[in-house]
Amino acid sequence: MAFLDITRLEKFYGTTHVVKDFNLAVEKGEFISFLGPSGCGKTTTLRMVAGFETPSSGSIRIDGRDVVNLRPNQRNIGMVFQAYALFPNLTVAQNIGFGLKVAGRPRAEIDERVREMLGIIHLPELGGRFPFQLSGGQQQRVALARALAIRPKLLLLDEPLSALDAKIRVSLRQEIRAIQKKLGITTIYVTHDQEEALSMSDRIVVMNAGVAEQVGDPFTIYNRPATRFVAGFVGTLNALDAIVTDPATGSITLDGQPIRLNRPIDAAAGASIGLALRPETLALGPRPETDGSLRGTVRDVQFLGSVLRVRVALDGQVVALDSFNTAALRPPAVGDAVEVSFATADVLVSDG
Amino acid sequence: MKPSRIWAWLALAVGALYFALPLIGTIEFSLRMRRGVYSFDAYRAVLSDPQFRATFSFSVFMALMTIVLGVLVIAPTAYWVRLKLPRWRPIVEFITLLPLVVPPIVLVFGYIRLYNTSSWLPLTGTAGGTNLLLLAGYTVLALPYMYRAVDTGLRTIDVATLTEAAQSLGAGWITIMARIILPNIMVAILSGAFLTFAIVIGEFVLAALLNRPAFGPYLQVLGANRAYEPAALAVITFAITWACMGLIQLVTRLQKHTQVPR
Repeated sequence: MAFLDITRLEKFYGTTHVVKDFNLAVEKGEFISFLGPSGCGKTTTLRMVAGFETPSSGSIRIDGRDVVNLRPNQRNIGMVFQAYALFPNLTVAQNIGFGLKVAGRPRAEIDERVREMLGIIHLPELGGRFPFQLSGGQQQRVALARALAIRPKLLLLDEPLSALDAKIRVSLRQEIRAIQKKLGITTIYVTHDQEEALSMSDRIVVMNAGVAEQVGDPFTIYNRPATRFVAGFVGTLNALDAIVTDPATGSITLDGQPIRLNRPIDAAAGASIGLALRPETLALGPRPETDGSLRGTVRDVQFLGSVLRVRVALDGQVVALDSFNTAALRPPAVGDAVEVSFATADVLVSDG
Repeated sequence: MKPSRIWAWLALAVGALYFALPLIGTIEFSLRMRRGVYSFDAYRAVLSDPQFRATFSFSVFMALMTIVLGVLVIAPTAYWVRLKLPRWRPIVEFITLLPLVVPPIVLVFGYIRLYNTSSWLPLTGTAGGTNLLLLAGYTVLALPYMYRAVDTGLRTIDVATLTEAAQSLGAGWITIMARIILPNIMVAILSGAFLTFAIVIGEFVLAALLNRPAFGPYLQVLGANRAYEPAALAVITFAITWACMGLIQLVTRLQKHTQVPR
């Protein structure tokens, strides 16, 4: 049995069905991300685990015990909020020690744990400060320490980095992951930022409209998306329409140009199908090792720093491709006739 | 100087005179008890009057009790409304405004009718019971000010998230209220407490009709029978009020976590 077991979880707000038949088994020490657009039910699911929302039906078991009927303060769950939620009237040390003080632990134990936690978040000198004297990143680290100080069974993070600026976001997500690995604490992380989810998680739950569309490790989620939504939400995607010419050999035409996928397609000849290609799987110019190619003219070139994003117009449709920016290589000019090559194995096929 | 400036200064001067003249006059008059020279005789007379001390300390005690009762009733209510019943806020706000619409005289007559000696709860039969009624009445009178002060205080903090953070750390409702919510709205509560104090110290109708030895009725009796002492009393009351204001400023400054980040 898994450490955290969520089965057949449902949540209605009035007649709105916000979480639909949600099932998830999380092993001890796993880092799970709930990824999805706002309003997809990821935060509601997290809040049901924390006890701030009551499920309409279904069960949540932590370490074998059903917690649905327990109040939030009985669940022994650490929570970190987007808005930090540090207690403004308490110092950093008092904030971190709050949970232990409420539990009636002896003073010496509290002091010891607070010192340990301040060390873990690399802010050993700031115990006497008040929250308003800290930067956003420091406040969120204190909030993390406060949640961990009670030695919770489960750590829940609700978009903890959304209020921070980009640089701190990247460094703090590495720090959170390092602390999580060090303590081996089972963690659920809610985010709408795919980069965060991909870089931090053991497994990702991609949610849409209350449904868990796909559960899998970052590599699978990115490279083998199970649904059109997952493919579109995670990463950038070229969505193209093609016509099937021979389903048995996987022959199709894309804006009049033939492509042979070398695998059978589940559609009749003459039917229209959807293709998806990630920009980074496409390359400019002919490549001997790839088996697919398209011809077109350069529509525009975006300079994204380390990467150049080139958009190539076919006969009506446009594909975007990413190539590394190297100073030696001249970027293509708008209007150039180019060849785009790719591996047909990277082409994702969906119907309609 | 531009003409518009002159008018502005003139308006300010007229306003200042409007407020200051009666005060200056009162102070001047309160010092003239002894013929021909200024003296503090009136103040001495007032302060040495055992009636003054008795009524004033009674009113101060009632004011403090009113503040305590008011905070105990209003702070959890305002907190709960903000947290769980946001749709009820307009209704609750309307209820808290009622004391400004219903005159105190109506309130106290209602009390006397409901709790007289032949009722099922004869509170007016004993001094203690009547004090209780007076306390309840004062709390009602303070309701609009106290509720608004507390509600404004709650608006400055993220009530919902702080509550959830405390809950996830194992805290129950009483702990959350006492250790998180109240300390964070202390300044707002103090400003409400100050208003409550001022209302109770000067209140006349409830105390007079319930026949309690409060400061308001004493002021009235003194004012009807003496010449200089009421002026001295008025000045003393002003001084107390200003001291209260100063205290609130001081407390606000001393609270570390409310300092503005530099």
